[in-house]
Amino acid sequence: MIRAENISMSFNGTRALESVSLNVDKSELFGLIGPDGAGKTTFFRIVTTLLIPEKGKVSINKLDTVDDYRALRKNIGYMPGRFSLYQDLTVEENLAFYATVFGTTVKENYHLISDIYSHIEPFKKRRAGKLSGGMKQKLALCCALIHAPELIVLDEPTTGVDAVSRTEFWEMLKKLQGEGITILVSTPYMDEAVLCDRVALIQKGRILGIDKPGSITGNFSKEIYAIKGRDKFRLIRDLRDRETVESVNPFGDSVHVTFSGNEYDENLLEYLEDKGHNDPGAELIEPGIEDVFLELMSKEEND
Amino acid sequence: MKRLAGFIKKEFIHIFRDFRTLIFLFGIPAAQILIFGFAVRTDIKNAGIAVLDKAKDEISTGLISKLESSDFFILKENLMTDTRIDEVFKTGEIKAVFIFESEFGKTLINEGSANIQIIADGSEPNVANLVTSYSRAIISDYTMELNRAEETSAIPVEPEVKMYYNPNLESQYMFVPGVIAIVLLLTCAMMTSVTITREEEFGTMEVLLVSPLKPIQVILGKVMPYFLLSLIDVVFILFLSWLVFDIPIRGSLILLMLESMLYIMMGLSLGIMISTLARTMQQAMFTSLLGLMLPAIVLSGFVFPVESMPEIYNWLSSIIPPRWFVTIVKNIMVKGTDFSFVIKETFILLAMTLLFITLSTTRFKKRLE
Repeated sequence: MIRAENISMSFNGTRALESVSLNVDKSELFGLIGPDGAGKTTFFRIVTTLLIPEKGKVSINKLDTVDDYRALRKNIGYMPGRFSLYQDLTVEENLAFYATVFGTTVKENYHLISDIYSHIEPFKKRRAGKLSGGMKQKLALCCALIHAPELIVLDEPTTGVDAVSRTEFWEMLKKLQGEGITILVSTPYMDEAVLCDRVALIQKGRILGIDKPGSITGNFSKEIYAIKGRDKFRLIRDLRDRETVESVNPFGDSVHVTFSGNEYDENLLEYLEDKGHNDPGAELIEPGIEDVFLELMSKEEND
Repeated sequence: MKRLAGFIKKEFIHIFRDFRTLIFLFGIPAAQILIFGFAVRTDIKNAGIAVLDKAKDEISTGLISKLESSDFFILKENLMTDTRIDEVFKTGEIKAVFIFESEFGKTLINEGSANIQIIADGSEPNVANLVTSYSRAIISDYTMELNRAEETSAIPVEPEVKMYYNPNLESQYMFVPGVIAIVLLLTCAMMTSVTITREEEFGTMEVLLVSPLKPIQVILGKVMPYFLLSLIDVVFILFLSWLVFDIPIRGSLILLMLESMLYIMMGLSLGIMISTLARTMQQAMFTSLLGLMLPAIVLSGFVFPVESMPEIYNWLSSIIPPRWFVTIVKNIMVKGTDFSFVIKETFILLAMTLLFITLSTTRFKKRLE
């Protein structure tokens, strides 16, 4: 479906993308994972024909994003990072507007969005500016879907949205995928990455790896331990001071640690107790995507 | 076509839902007409005066009643002593004090001349100038009458001045064209530039660009509602100035409307151009306000006459569109001239419009930068 080859792009001398290549298959849910400023938005804008890459080519269904942009634009649904809604228009009006602009009507394609729209239909007379983050996001998705595109591109659709709405939103994406729509989505949240068919990890404009979420974590070369303690700040400091510890990364309510030589430090808990930590615990865990990402990132920096 | 119609409909919803836009469209023109019409005046009416009459004879009281009976002055106080003069000026209500010397009438009859001292409030130079020249005219009128009554042999030459087009020299005749020029520039250029940059700021432009809408449709959709509303604005201003100030349109109304359409198109294309340069709504707003409003008011010749400006300002003024439009409106409205007298100005505006359209369409992006 999407074929990107050696895309490079820079703004005022700063590299935004460097030889990015990736392929997305038809009706695949493909995730672009990376921190802010990694180049996700730039890549999406190239895919959606909004930017011309300096180097490289992107084609969608064999149509080139530069030469055939007119034809392509009819077939892409795009949801930019800031939900592009008219704040002073009501839910209904926003939807109707995007439908006419894309040359269709709400009625004609209602079946495509009925599932999602039913969540916000009770508020259809409300202005978009007055909606909660979750509802804005659903409306924006409806607007991106209303012209029945084959590909939808979603730029951080769950940023700034509450946890319940995030889960709901991903369920919707899965459903859309089931209907044969190809989805390209970016997110800074690692827990969402596992929901994709395949993910690409991107950092400073470069792709660090592309694989199924399971294979990415499966390839993680080290054993990972989750260390728990009450005073997390002090815990991190003390762990960093320990010579046997290779990497320390705070992660939710625990700290993820790898050891140099991949060998568990038997004396670690004792050391922590000496440092005044009450009842510290260490547990061997399955690596998550974030662990992989952090490892790849530190490798990048050392190279 | 359907797409464009949908776009225009959306644009109208924006306008009618935003209280501020409506204020800009109709509140500001009304306020400007009334402010410029009533408050900023270059003619005077009912200026307060005081009199210190040391003579109190037939001739001095006659002159005082003459001053009083003109529309220009209202006699607020009869002063008794010189010391009061200072005090009454401080109240601010008195613009001038007339002092008649004692034995005023007698001296005038015996010696053929007598003295009146006029003290005017110099803190308002314009008013002071007007007050003194008006009172001079009234006094010389009065002495003329006296001479006639006594049938003296000297026949003074009396110039009869007539102001063509605007017999009473009403300042509103000057302000209405100016207000039209400024209000249209404000609505057209500022509103369109702000509404286009708003799409960019809220991220909606990204989706519009991805949509099959052509750039020309986006521009037309943005501009058409303002074109219509600006035309309504012109009618509104003309109607208001006729209603409140009784200002007639002497020339062809159709010609005036056609010229307004041209000027509106100029403003709209200028607005699009600003939007391609500005990145945020605020930038667009400030560029339009400072970059357009100020020169439009100062240099268009509606407050300060272009002819009396220094060379460089005169030259600067000729590159700002309102100057030419003010001339056109003045010619059509006040002088009642036909098209042949405004051909030059029309073509200058036309050229400016084409220039802005070319610049803005070449700069308007099909893509993001």
